[in-house]
Amino acid sequence: MIEIDLDKVTIREFNQQLHDLNGTDKKEAYKIMNPRGKHSVAVGADAPVDITVEGHVGYYCGGMNKHANIDIKGNAGPGVAENIMSGCVRVQGNTSQYAGATGRGGMLVIEGDASSRCGISMKGVDIVVGGSVDNMSAFMGQAGNLVVCGNAGHALGDSLYEVKIYVQGEVKSLGADCVEKEMTEEHVAKLAELLEKAKINADPRKFRRYGSARKLYNFKIDNARLPE
Amino acid sequence: MSDSTDNEHKPQRPLPPLVESFTWNRGTISEIQRAAEEGIYSIRGGGAKRYVPHFDDLLFLGASMSRYALEGYRERCDTDVVLGSRFAKKPLHLDIPITIAGMSFGALSAEAKDSLGRGASMMGTSTTTGDGGMTPEERKSSKTLVYQLLPSRYGMNPDDLRKADAVEVVCGQGAKPGGGGMLLGQKISDRVAEMRTLPKGVDQRSACRHPDWTGPDDLEIKIQELREITDWEKPIYIKVGATRTYYDVKLAVKAGADVIVVDGMQGGTAATQDVFIEQVGIPTMPAVRLAVKALQEMGMHRKVQLIVSGGIRNGSDVAKCMALGADAVSIGMAALYALGCNDPKYDEDYRQLGTRAGFYDAYHEGRCPAGISTQDPELSKRLDPELGGRRIKNLLQTMMLEAQTLARACGKSHLHNLEPEDMVALTVESAAMAGVPLAGTDWIPGNTRY
Repeated sequence: MIEIDLDKVTIREFNQQLHDLNGTDKKEAYKIMNPRGKHSVAVGADAPVDITVEGHVGYYCGGMNKHANIDIKGNAGPGVAENIMSGCVRVQGNTSQYAGATGRGGMLVIEGDASSRCGISMKGVDIVVGGSVDNMSAFMGQAGNLVVCGNAGHALGDSLYEVKIYVQGEVKSLGADCVEKEMTEEHVAKLAELLEKAKINADPRKFRRYGSARKLYNFKIDNARLPE
Repeated sequence: MSDSTDNEHKPQRPLPPLVESFTWNRGTISEIQRAAEEGIYSIRGGGAKRYVPHFDDLLFLGASMSRYALEGYRERCDTDVVLGSRFAKKPLHLDIPITIAGMSFGALSAEAKDSLGRGASMMGTSTTTGDGGMTPEERKSSKTLVYQLLPSRYGMNPDDLRKADAVEVVCGQGAKPGGGGMLLGQKISDRVAEMRTLPKGVDQRSACRHPDWTGPDDLEIKIQELREITDWEKPIYIKVGATRTYYDVKLAVKAGADVIVVDGMQGGTAATQDVFIEQVGIPTMPAVRLAVKALQEMGMHRKVQLIVSGGIRNGSDVAKCMALGADAVSIGMAALYALGCNDPKYDEDYRQLGTRAGFYDAYHEGRCPAGISTQDPELSKRLDPELGGRRIKNLLQTMMLEAQTLARACGKSHLHNLEPEDMVALTVESAAMAGVPLAGTDWIPGNTRY
């Protein structure tokens, strides 16, 4: 276990230390002390390292992550795990806007609540939220799964492509071209697998599934309606 | 004849001349009738077609008695430029200040992208990816490649980010400042779909705002993240469409840009609403002056480099941008025309598409006879990347020779030594927009006399 005290080490120094391992299979373990809401903590990692962050982080923690497992014992600011490629980012607290934005692979687990635009433009990442998500989550989502154990805000899945959205609680409203879809056994099994992988305890049979009506796929003016 | 009437002997009154309404001309009537039929705006490629004041309205004052000219073929007139010296550990050193603008694989064929890379590399300048990620071919053919970070983030990944020589955060485009992209289904081939993580054949709609930052304060933090991921090596550009250029440039400097790209309204697009192309943004010429003014006021002129694009066609446009204070220019449409877009040799094909060589702008339809704005392998193989690369090189070389000719005539041993004082304006409007005096006067509208 390598302890990094961000009161003494700069973000640049720590990220450089992390990047020096990029492309290797070194399984170093880091413990990050005193993050104090700093931005860009552990961005651009590309090695199967374990990073535990003891506190709150600012913007973009775990951005573009590959292979690393990052466990944030606190809240995360905007764009946590943005464009994540692989590995796992776990937030034990709540997150701000655009959590997991444009993520292309791996997993983002948010044990608390996520703010608006969680999973915006997601491209293959799996996002599991223990609490609720706010407005416009999974906006223009292209691929991957968004699992919400609590409630979802307005315009869920607006302009959706192929993301599958599972919500256990209430959905305030669905966005343009997002509709409720049948929850088959296959979907229950997939959801159970996601919950288990995320270590979030919930009954997959209590969820409803939402996806794209695919009416905006080929633009016809009669299909263009504003969300209510 | 006996039964002839008086009428036949009256002189024929000529038909009254047809008077076309200026407001309701044939173009307007046709557009109204098209709208009435289709119920949707028209989409096309290219840039603004309307007249806007442009660099043709400026003239250089060559040396005579009061200035000392440089000899055409013997005396040096340097053209190199360094981009990204503000923060980046590895700024770009380009041999010429003309770069190739961002155009996506998807909008363009792989052959076209390859050609641009080859031509630019031969001339020691850079190319730029586009809204579709980086292809291995373009990375290979481009000695210096700028990787765009766009709202869609199609294909974005840290490996390509690190392979790039610079990163361009695209906040807007001159053809459509405030608008997102679109790529219609007919151009979403298997490969394009895979690169963009989209189902094949769908109409792809790119967002107009970035997904993970809102406003310049956020952008400053986003740029820090990009610098962290790339270990502060790569120059970071911010590209804006020309609108409130004076303020946008100041905010871009504040957000931490190494380089600012300002794209005027004549800049092209692969597919945008016609109303957007024609009615939004300001011309390139005033945008240069506004950008330079903003940089000068902040003490950042030449420290944060300015790249100007939008309707740059030849060496005189290049020289005039330099004289107004730009560090470099970027070309897009000119490069496509160099590759053979709208070449009269394809006139028969253009006729079959309902148009003519010289008028074709349906880049969104993917049926480009020259093999440029298409994903159809039968069409794209018409473009030989080796030949295409040579044509791009020739265009860039010609533009440089022209720009050097003008600079030497003004007695300048480097293109960057050109200055507004070397120029006059032909029209009152261009004098006001470019901030140089009307020819034969000391009058710059909007400025107090000196």
